[in-house]
Amino acid sequence: MSARDLYLVSPALSLAILATALVLAGPLLRRSGAVQAVALAGLSVPLALGVSLWAGLDGAEAAFGGALVSDGLSVFLGLLVTCASALVLLASFTHAERYRPYGGEFAGLLLFSAAGLTLLAGAADLLTIYVSLELASLPVAALAAFAKGRAGGVEAGVKYLLLSAVASAVLLYGFAFLYGATGTLRLIAPDGGPTIATAVVAGHGGFAYGGSAVLVGAALAAVGFGFKLSMVPAQMWTPDVYQGAPVPVGAFLAVASKGAAFAVVLRLFTVGLGPVEADWSVLFAVLAAITMTVGNLTALAQSNLKRLLGYSTIAHAGYMLMGVAAVAANSREAGDGSLGPTAVLFYLAGYAAMNLAAFFVALAVTERTGDETIAGLAGLAKRSPVLAAALAVSAIALTGLPPTVGFVGKLFLFNAAVNTGLLWLVVVGALNGVVSAYYYLNLVRVAYLREPVSPERIGVPRTLAVALGVCVCAVLVLGVWPSGLLALARTAAAALVP
Amino acid sequence: MLTALILIPLVGAIAVVVLGRDARAPRVIATGAAVAELAVAAVVFAGYEGAGGYAVDVSWIGALDIAYLLRVDGLSAPLVLLNGILGLAAVLVSWNVELRAREYFAWLAVLQAAVMGVFVAQDLVLFFVFWELELVPMFLLISRWGTGRREYSAMKFLVYTLAGSAFMLAAILALYFSFPGSERTFDMAALAGRDMGSLLVPGSLVFSGFLVAFAVKLPVFPLHTWLPDAHTDAPTAVSVMLAGVLLKMGGYGLLRINAGLFPDQLRDAAPLLAALAALNVLYGAFIVLRQTDLKRMVAYSSVSHMGFVVLGLASTGAAPAALDGVGLSGAALQLFTHGTITGLLFVMVGLVYERTHTRHIPDMGGLARQVPLLALGFMIAGLASLGLPTTSGFVAELLVFMGTFSVYGLATALCAFGVVLAAGYILWAAQRVLFGPRLERWDHLPDARPVDLAAMAVLIVPIFVVGVYPRLITDAFEAGLAPILRGLGAA
Repeated sequence: MSARDLYLVSPALSLAILATALVLAGPLLRRSGAVQAVALAGLSVPLALGVSLWAGLDGAEAAFGGALVSDGLSVFLGLLVTCASALVLLASFTHAERYRPYGGEFAGLLLFSAAGLTLLAGAADLLTIYVSLELASLPVAALAAFAKGRAGGVEAGVKYLLLSAVASAVLLYGFAFLYGATGTLRLIAPDGGPTIATAVVAGHGGFAYGGSAVLVGAALAAVGFGFKLSMVPAQMWTPDVYQGAPVPVGAFLAVASKGAAFAVVLRLFTVGLGPVEADWSVLFAVLAAITMTVGNLTALAQSNLKRLLGYSTIAHAGYMLMGVAAVAANSREAGDGSLGPTAVLFYLAGYAAMNLAAFFVALAVTERTGDETIAGLAGLAKRSPVLAAALAVSAIALTGLPPTVGFVGKLFLFNAAVNTGLLWLVVVGALNGVVSAYYYLNLVRVAYLREPVSPERIGVPRTLAVALGVCVCAVLVLGVWPSGLLALARTAAAALVP
Repeated sequence: MLTALILIPLVGAIAVVVLGRDARAPRVIATGAAVAELAVAAVVFAGYEGAGGYAVDVSWIGALDIAYLLRVDGLSAPLVLLNGILGLAAVLVSWNVELRAREYFAWLAVLQAAVMGVFVAQDLVLFFVFWELELVPMFLLISRWGTGRREYSAMKFLVYTLAGSAFMLAAILALYFSFPGSERTFDMAALAGRDMGSLLVPGSLVFSGFLVAFAVKLPVFPLHTWLPDAHTDAPTAVSVMLAGVLLKMGGYGLLRINAGLFPDQLRDAAPLLAALAALNVLYGAFIVLRQTDLKRMVAYSSVSHMGFVVLGLASTGAAPAALDGVGLSGAALQLFTHGTITGLLFVMVGLVYERTHTRHIPDMGGLARQVPLLALGFMIAGLASLGLPTTSGFVAELLVFMGTFSVYGLATALCAFGVVLAAGYILWAAQRVLFGPRLERWDHLPDARPVDLAAMAVLIVPIFVVGVYPRLITDAFEAGLAPILRGLGAA
């Protein structure tokens, strides 16, 4: 272990230290908002370290003997997770007041999970992946049950914990197959030693358990990760947990947790299992089509706002899986292979902005009215024009209409899919956009056209307004000028497909 | 210059929102923006041919070859002008909107900007962006300021268009990736003339992807059912824009992309299109005869009249050399003339409704005595719509039939019968609404105000000017269509 190793993992490390400090110091920070303020100030450290790592980025650099790697992908995702955590904490300034005296734990657990997610994005062998995943998941189970007085609160926590454990078991089983077939846990070997990819190439067709062991392992791992991604068939928990858990926790799950999970899926499959990518890309293409369709069709029938957002995250996982399925092996020309991962990473960042905006509006409304139904949004335009406008922008973005980042993001995903011959998937995806228009724009319709249930105005806490403003601006700016973020996503994706 | 076309309405929209605090400011600002827009559109129409024209080409998303590429040629210039005219008329007929006027005029301006973008964008992705950009203002305008089942109609409009554009997006991307790296482009002009036989998927599928999107918009039977609902429930100005320019986006797309990029596929599809065209004309016309709602009547007459566009396209696609492609010119001219004529019809229906608060035809009668100026406007619009000589409607239909008769005789004859039906339903409606015994309950109705007359004049002038001197518009269209005709194989 050298100082350089510590520097390379410093974003995750500083997040973990900050989380510990918050848990310890929580009882001392009695003034309202003090915990959140300290957490936000502290987050500038991982943010600054992440930016400095990005600035000094030079290919991939291994840390801790190859257990972790610092490359474009890990730093990009680390920054995304940090920013998302900061926005969630900022938005939940007033919300967290109700958890006193456990405000320190609330912020601390969130940051522990963020540390796990940051590590996950840089995990370079299967064991590190597993350990980081657990570090990221366990705090979320506690967070989901934080509102333990509410109906469904504990249910959400227990459900997440149990299903997460099942998913981990499936994942480990898949890892066992991969290890058994290839004899190594490594995805990346800085010293030129054996990795899963080299073993797959070397032993193609002649593994100890037969050639299909690798594919069985890949399929099991996909299902295991599918839990985190809210991918069919592991999506069942999503609406229940989003409904029962506090809104900020849902927002964190939908954005940060999903982002890191996509990063690790991209790394395991395109780097580790790259030699057999033509085999698993079909799997992801089919799962993408099923996931988005299931998410959108079930969302149509929802009357609870938080549940609706849960189903919507399933649908968006489906869209992003299109980018995972768009692998280099099937691309029309050499050098086009990074279109898929680039599109996924771009969409993750854009999705973070638009989805956080939607969750923040839901937070502001449910916080003030206690009404979680979609009907509770009635007359929002009269009760709070700002919230209604933000809701409209995020709904338009989530539908995928210009001039928002939702449109360009989908365009890039479709672009990558067509490039790899998945034209049918693009038609399915675009038609899914039509279905989603119905329920997203229904929110706008209710907010603007229904008479309010009560004339009382809905005030927005200033901190939440700032977080919301940042998200809405990002949605619009990135929609009109996507090139900057696209360039960052390309750099990050270069770690996967050189 | 072309960027100004898109920016003026957007700046106008922002100005309305920011400055339009008192009750009358929004409409004044919106009118100012619309006049400025019309002026710029006229300048563009007059001078697009100059050396280099007014092209704009800036890389937008360089990594994917997507450019902010604007260009105007003879095909788009008249439509740009049309959008300028209709935009002004739409603002003028909205003069008395008081319900949340700031938002209303802002969205109306955004709508105009989006349509303008569709007509000048020459990059397929940019074209698509503007194509979708128009949805949100339309959705909000219909659902917030409409009447009747406005929310249902707004959602139906949105879902139909989105479903169509889903296929268009797939077609655009398939087209892009069909070519090897260095030849990939979204530039329509660069794609014209390429061999579309060996694409990623069969060229006819890509052709169909575009066709479905444009057929929904035009609309072509059986994809038309959103139109009567949207028209009936939309506020007057939105009906004017919808009939005047939004349908033209579909026709423009058919000419520019389906005919311009896929001549071979168009030839194969021509018989089917001709049959659909005849069906459109007759089906629309017969439905009109049964309508008792004035607005629904005009809406279905739009369905009927848009059949002529498809007929002109089909016949020229099948036999491009016939009479120098006059059918295609007629189809393009029909886009322009129908825009002004049906725009005027909707203006008149709106103005009548504003006074009588009914659109039920049997409830009206004798209005020519009480509101003579409105009745005059109504008659002009009606006569132009049924193709009376000296109005532009006559020229367009004549050109279409001249071009198509030798190619699809039966379809042309059927469509010509549609014109007879049009004369029937228009005159019948005029008789029931304007003439007949004077009804006392309408005695108090005020006649057209100056602003109403202005809205009418804006549309009546081009109807007669083009009717008497059609070359003003047809010269531009012929120049713009010449490369398309060459692509189709005309000598």
